[in-house]
Amino acid sequence: MSSHAWTLLGLYLAVLLLTVKPLGLYIATLMEGRFAFGGAIERPLYRLCGVRHDEEMGWLKYAFAILLFNVLGVVAVYALQRLQLWLPLNPQAFPNVSPNSAFNTAISFVSNTNWQGYGGESTMSYLTQMLALSVQNFFSAATGIAVVIALIRGFARHTAKTVGNAWVDLTRVTLYLLLPLSLIFAVFLTSQGVIQNFDAYKDVTTLEVTHYDAPKLDTAGQPIKDDQGVAVTEPAQTPTQTLAMGPVASQEAIKMLGTNGGGFMNANSAHPFENPTPLTNFIEMLAIFLIPAALCFTFGRMVGDTRQGWAVLAAMTLMFVVLAAAAMHFEAQGNPLLTSLGVDQLAGNMEGKETRFGTADSGLFAVITTLASCGAVNAMHDSFTPLGGLIPLIDMQLGEVVFGGVGSGLYGMLIFAIMAVFISGLMIGRTPEYLGKKIETYEMKMSSIAILVTPLLVLIGTAIAVLAADGRAGIANPGAHGFSEILYAFTSAANNNGSAFAGLSANTPFYNVMLAIAMWFGRFGVIVPVLAIAGSLAAKKRLTVTEGTLPTHGPLFVTLLIGVVLLVGLLNYVPSLALGPVIEQLLLSAAH
Amino acid sequence: MKTLLPMLRPALSLFVLLALVTGIVYPLAVTAIAKLAFADTAAGSLIVKDGKAVGSRLIGQNFADPKYFWGRPSATSPQPYNASASGGSNQGPLNPALLDAVKARIEALKTADPENTRPIPSDLVTASASGLDPHISPDAAHYQIERIARARQIAPSKVKAMVERNTEERQWGIFGEARVNVLELNLALDSVSR
Repeated sequence: MSSHAWTLLGLYLAVLLLTVKPLGLYIATLMEGRFAFGGAIERPLYRLCGVRHDEEMGWLKYAFAILLFNVLGVVAVYALQRLQLWLPLNPQAFPNVSPNSAFNTAISFVSNTNWQGYGGESTMSYLTQMLALSVQNFFSAATGIAVVIALIRGFARHTAKTVGNAWVDLTRVTLYLLLPLSLIFAVFLTSQGVIQNFDAYKDVTTLEVTHYDAPKLDTAGQPIKDDQGVAVTEPAQTPTQTLAMGPVASQEAIKMLGTNGGGFMNANSAHPFENPTPLTNFIEMLAIFLIPAALCFTFGRMVGDTRQGWAVLAAMTLMFVVLAAAAMHFEAQGNPLLTSLGVDQLAGNMEGKETRFGTADSGLFAVITTLASCGAVNAMHDSFTPLGGLIPLIDMQLGEVVFGGVGSGLYGMLIFAIMAVFISGLMIGRTPEYLGKKIETYEMKMSSIAILVTPLLVLIGTAIAVLAADGRAGIANPGAHGFSEILYAFTSAANNNGSAFAGLSANTPFYNVMLAIAMWFGRFGVIVPVLAIAGSLAAKKRLTVTEGTLPTHGPLFVTLLIGVVLLVGLLNYVPSLALGPVIEQLLLSAAH
Repeated sequence: MKTLLPMLRPALSLFVLLALVTGIVYPLAVTAIAKLAFADTAAGSLIVKDGKAVGSRLIGQNFADPKYFWGRPSATSPQPYNASASGGSNQGPLNPALLDAVKARIEALKTADPENTRPIPSDLVTASASGLDPHISPDAAHYQIERIARARQIAPSKVKAMVERNTEERQWGIFGEARVNVLELNLALDSVSR
């Protein structure tokens, strides 16, 4: 890896780690209800909504409130897409979205996945982007943070029946954390070139007339195909270029801060109107890890021992550095098959990459976006080198716990921490405990469900898709890479990431339904057991620390935690990875 | 049902109110601030010549004429550089279609400039992620200087000087890569020779 890439990675980490304490402290203050300014806005709001803000909820009620709020989200996002033609702010007069695509997108944005079977600038009206998709970017992020705060309360409280008030948590996160941060980011982004307007798409007269082959259409507007099923084309030309417009910056900001990742445009953060300069690229990368990193400090603070938070953050940071270095290295190698055609590969593997980012900023972005459950892309992962593309797959398969999604990353990591103390408890023959709470059968059952639900969804989903004709029909690249496309899709959906090996034609009834199932259960199949653990832990007595207690803040525990994440998270997937990227790398080595 | 009914009112009313704040008020507020402070960039960084918009500084255009610098190959459909349907080729590194496409691009470059024996920079024969990449690498610009000088019958040194004037280094010395904005460079060329 070049010294430039190392400097970039080092600077990124330095700036990120500087923000951890102040932001983490702010979130803790906010969620403990000690944010003085809040009451003036909250009180009338709660009165209007019939929320009793001093009422505490048990875990079951809390989970129920979260589920209800998210089901409302599915209904709203679905309805807005199905009605957009008749609603305002649709200057391009985009038709209503098809039922199965609208269903997939509704589940996708509610579950913080932001998998996109559609192309944004050619499908969604401005109103749908704002009021359906952008709103869920806020709400799904708030959901993740609320759930992790409830889990932290489970550790922090003792002999308690409740874990907080879901309505109050959702409101505070949305209004005092996500909204102000988004406003600042969005204004900064517009200053750098990200567009923010409600104009219709703009036609500009290009310097040169573009000649191209247009698909020939029949009288019904359908493409004509020849005997082999290949679309018939005819020469065409155009003197203009139509620039997609829209309120992009406001959506871009929360898309990153909420680790959502759903692009306004089809090319996502590779589009110059979403990510115009290397500086905006750096800021967007920071925005992804900003809240997940800060939550580690919030965690330590709320359980009364900040070292616990730093230990978790250390484990995350170590894994991140290794994976980021690997991806940047592999992409800088270039494609050896092009070298043999006489192409200079000094710039690395540039297929599917933007010149202003190059391989270092693209490789780093790819790792950040897949470790967090963001899924925004500034380069096309489908065109990565085999090993460069393996890294994003691994990132997601670790369970999105290395920083991870806002809230979901930390609650996932804490489940692994429970698993780590359990395993070490077995080794030394003591009842495992974590943060003064005994880890017993119930917690282990719930942890097992939370850890196993995603690999099951990924592997069974992939198996069904490669067996079904409808599944294989979506493949774009031949050979092992085609298998990787399907594996990537289910990995991304079940882990609520949303990035893709985007060659896969996934906007079909088969994939829209299959991936929606993976996204929904990959999200709430984890949230419910996590809240159950929160409730169970809150009810327990706090044990005093003795000589026999395993310290969970030192290097030993950090190593143990990393070991458990790698073993439990990754071992499930090794055979499937061997069938995809590993074979592809072997073929590439053999071919040149 | 006993827990559901009392929860419906807070759920529904909070959903609607917070949706209005984050889905209407927030984007409108950003738009208002952008209009006041950053009107040019918020509207798409348009380049206006003789009162007519000829493009955006941020969005690449298709160039095939030998007298212009060519940009990155674009995989948008149906025409290249379709700025209302962005996207990449999504071709994997071993895909025969990728190798065929690269061969065809090399062929086009060689046909336009048969005497050029320099190695071809990879960004000049590979499709960008957005299909709208406004930039090429300085290497890719230098590769094309002779062809453009010949087509426009001006001195190569003059073209080279323009490339250098239009080269941006890594931002702050660390972010991204050095690059040349193809549309701006071609506009500059047009302003000195037709």
